[in-house]
Amino acid sequence: MLELLQQPWHWAFSGFMIALTMFILLFWGKSFGMSATMRAMCAAGGAGKKISFFDFDWKKQSWNLLFALGAVIGGYIASTYLASPEPVHISSATIAHLQTLGVDYPSSIAEGTGYLPLELYNFETLFSLKGFLLFVLGGFFVGFGARYAGGCTSGHAISGLSNLQIPSLIAVIGFFIGGLLMAHVLLPLILQL
Amino acid sequence: MKGLKYIFAGILFGIVMTKSEAISWFRIQEMFLFQSFHMYGIIGVAVVLGTIQIAVIKRKKLKDIKGEPIEFSPKAMSIPRYLFGGIIFGLGWAMTGACPGPMYTLLGHGFPVIIVVIISAIIGTLTYGALRSKLPH
Repeated sequence: MLELLQQPWHWAFSGFMIALTMFILLFWGKSFGMSATMRAMCAAGGAGKKISFFDFDWKKQSWNLLFALGAVIGGYIASTYLASPEPVHISSATIAHLQTLGVDYPSSIAEGTGYLPLELYNFETLFSLKGFLLFVLGGFFVGFGARYAGGCTSGHAISGLSNLQIPSLIAVIGFFIGGLLMAHVLLPLILQL
Repeated sequence: MKGLKYIFAGILFGIVMTKSEAISWFRIQEMFLFQSFHMYGIIGVAVVLGTIQIAVIKRKKLKDIKGEPIEFSPKAMSIPRYLFGGIIFGLGWAMTGACPGPMYTLLGHGFPVIIVVIISAIIGTLTYGALRSKLPH
């Protein structure tokens, strides 16, 4: 059983499990949306005193903060007990493309899991212009954009599209305009820095 | 403790994010490069099952665990807000290779640099709140 769980999951099973997670939250009277936790953290930190956007009862989102804490623990459990025997199976076209940009893919599990590119995700890169752009500006864009759009992947692409919301469709189109522009045009330039 | 169940649901979500490989920076690049069906398959199945689920909840007027009707609030219509916000989010998603759910999960995997990404995302959230009245919505 454990060996079966350690294998990477088929995309169809993964999609089913995400839908199940959303269903569990709906059954508990909650809505699935991860970026809302960041707004709640700002409110919990007292930002509501100066900025009205954060002047709300963040304790109503405390369930979501616990959910996010669970996601951290889930990541720990998955990496400790359910680790795949091999790195993520990325398409050879992507591996070749990223190699031309100087990002190597781990050829074995000893070299890496294939979750994050370790030659980028380290403190040495973080304190360079490249790292500042990728992690500080990139993270800033995720937080700023998610709140501006009123949701992230979970809130719009999963919950919103499932509820047939046109605004969510516009947001997801936006996610792809930004993502395509970055992956095809801007990221190759940033990685050359 | 009442909140414990949310931690358990979060643990499930973190495991799902890991085993689906949605936390992989490489998978996100592959998706935006249109070089694999994997991520589209995951999101597609989740949305199809989610649509059926919500349609059934609405039609059968299902109630939540407390006996309250499960309600969905429609999102206010606007184009600039969702489009501009979405584009900015998409740029950040492809830069970091992670959206908020995977960010938390990756923290549990013990990648220390992800803390900087999470703090930056919180600062981005804070900045949006401060600039909100000046942005087109």
